Amino acid sequence: MSARDTAPLAIEALNLTKIYGSGNTEVVALNDVTVRVARGEVVALLGPSGAGKSTLLTAVGLINPPTRGRIWIGGELVLEADRACVDLRVFRRRHLGFVFQKANLIPFLSAEENVRIAMEINDVPAREARRRARELLDYLGVGARAANLPAMLSGGQQQRVAVARALANRPSLVLADEPTAALDSQRGRQVMELFRQVAHEQGAGVLVVTHDHRSLDVFDRTLEMEDGVLREGQAVC
Amino acid sequence: MNLAVRDIRQNFGRFALTTVGVGLLLMIVMGMGGIYRGLIADATLLVEAVGADLWLVQGATRGPFAEISRVPATLEDRARSVPGVATARRFVSHTIQRTFRGRPLRMVVQGLAWPEDAGDWIPLAAGRALRHAHYELVADRSLGLPLGAEVPLGKDLYRVVGLTQGMVGSGGDGMAFFTVSDAQAIQFDVPGEATRLERASRRARVGGRDLGRLNPLLLERSAGATAEIPALGPPQVSAVMVSLLPGHAPEHVMDTLSSWPDITVYTRRQQIDLLLSGMVDKARRQLGLFRALLVIISTIIMALIIYTLTLDKIHDIALLKLIGARNRVIIGLILQQALLIGALGYGLAYWLGTFAFPRFPRRVVIEPPDLMLLAGVVAVISVVASLIGIAKALSVEPNKVLS
Repeated sequence: MSARDTAPLAIEALNLTKIYGSGNTEVVALNDVTVRVARGEVVALLGPSGAGKSTLLTAVGLINPPTRGRIWIGGELVLEADRACVDLRVFRRRHLGFVFQKANLIPFLSAEENVRIAMEINDVPAREARRRARELLDYLGVGARAANLPAMLSGGQQQRVAVARALANRPSLVLADEPTAALDSQRGRQVMELFRQVAHEQGAGVLVVTHDHRSLDVFDRTLEMEDGVLREGQAVC
Repeated sequence: MNLAVRDIRQNFGRFALTTVGVGLLLMIVMGMGGIYRGLIADATLLVEAVGADLWLVQGATRGPFAEISRVPATLEDRARSVPGVATARRFVSHTIQRTFRGRPLRMVVQGLAWPEDAGDWIPLAAGRALRHAHYELVADRSLGLPLGAEVPLGKDLYRVVGLTQGMVGSGGDGMAFFTVSDAQAIQFDVPGEATRLERASRRARVGGRDLGRLNPLLLERSAGATAEIPALGPPQVSAVMVSLLPGHAPEHVMDTLSSWPDITVYTRRQQIDLLLSGMVDKARRQLGLFRALLVIISTIIMALIIYTLTLDKIHDIALLKLIGARNRVIIGLILQQALLIGALGYGLAYWLGTFAFPRFPRRVVIEPPDLMLLAGVVAVISVVASLIGIAKALSVEPNKVLS
């Protein structure tokens, strides 16, 4: 029995099916997919374009509910098919962190404010939010750029700020959709290593959609999707 | 953290331009209200200042301001005989337009019942009231006549002996105060040729009758000055103003005067109501309609700007939703910007107005209740203008971040 078999699950999604359209136009984007990610575990989700990776990510990210299946996050049942068992927006705020292909920083907020906003909308007191934002930016190596607007940061720095924002509320699950696609290989690897670091040090489960096979060694294991079907890849560590 | 202010800081140029545009529109809305108040102030200024309790005007007319009124000057003496009447004064008012020093000079000629009324009640900004029966005038500064200037009117020269500030008629033309006889001389002045033609006409009419042919003296008199023909009365006046003795009920004096069939009697309040309902009402409605249109235009412009500002950050709003922001955070972002544009536009309108309104050709009166009402209207249109943007923001799906 490995460590991940005994660790509490960050997410458990059972028998997810997502169908777009109906009749002749029906497309099955997810076909009875089951996925589990433990806390502290970094999992890569691989597959060709159109395989259903982003659909799975948005389903478990509670922004695009599945047609069928159930999702538990941190041991709590949150979705049963497309029926929400909790307030999804509140749940996302408290338990999930997102990182995207583009950093998606709010352009009129500084790096620090981009991190703080995630905490302030989660009712973290302003002083505490400021302290933790500084702490996270320092931890991710961009503390010196805290006062800069996103336009003044490099792509890699922006992505680090995005990671800091994803971690701000100490989420149990971080979901990342091709977070290194816009970065060069060196910066891409740095970001992937960052995910591993935060997963292991902060105890969050991390599920990363990626095409970047050069950094697969960073992940604890990989999952592969094709035509809406998920299969377990090889354990890399 | 105030997202609205931070977004504005980032888009300051567009926000500032929008605020200036809305501010200018609101200044016009504010000014329109001030012009309306100014119309009322101008229209009622003389009636309020002259202090008459009752106005005796031509029977079945609403004179002398709302329409022409002609009453014999002797009405003044008849009115004095009524118990309870303290004073009765002739009132002559007409507007003339002449040329003075190459400029058009348009003035409201007001006749003062000299010597009883030398115009001591007129608020003077410089100079003095009338001291002579003829050839003096007190002019409003808006006429541009300096103290001591001599103005040719009719066949005479009139010297400016006093200046007033803001004494204008309901049409916005400056007032000039003369004695009644001078005012009538100006009103009834005709060229010498017209006088000669009139006398010849009279002679022809009298000469064509038996009475004229049999009475040569009558024929001779008919060719003389009008004032020397006993059958012709002196020139008529516009109205007679009556002041009441203290302790006398106006109703009793009114009852007596109203029983005279040749005149109509109005109290000061009724005269003001006639002015407002007749002359000012259409202007009020027109200005009101114009103000309403400007408010609607301001709302549409604000709505469009708020909407485009919202569209510009729709991706950021989707992101906020994705990371769990409550609707009130998103509504607050848009609504605060709309309210800021409204509030700053309003402040700008007021500030610009303090420079612009005194330079308007007509009086602009900005009163605190009107300012408060407009502030309320601006708050409402700011909220209304933000509704489309808010609706758009609330409808955006969080997964738009991924697109």
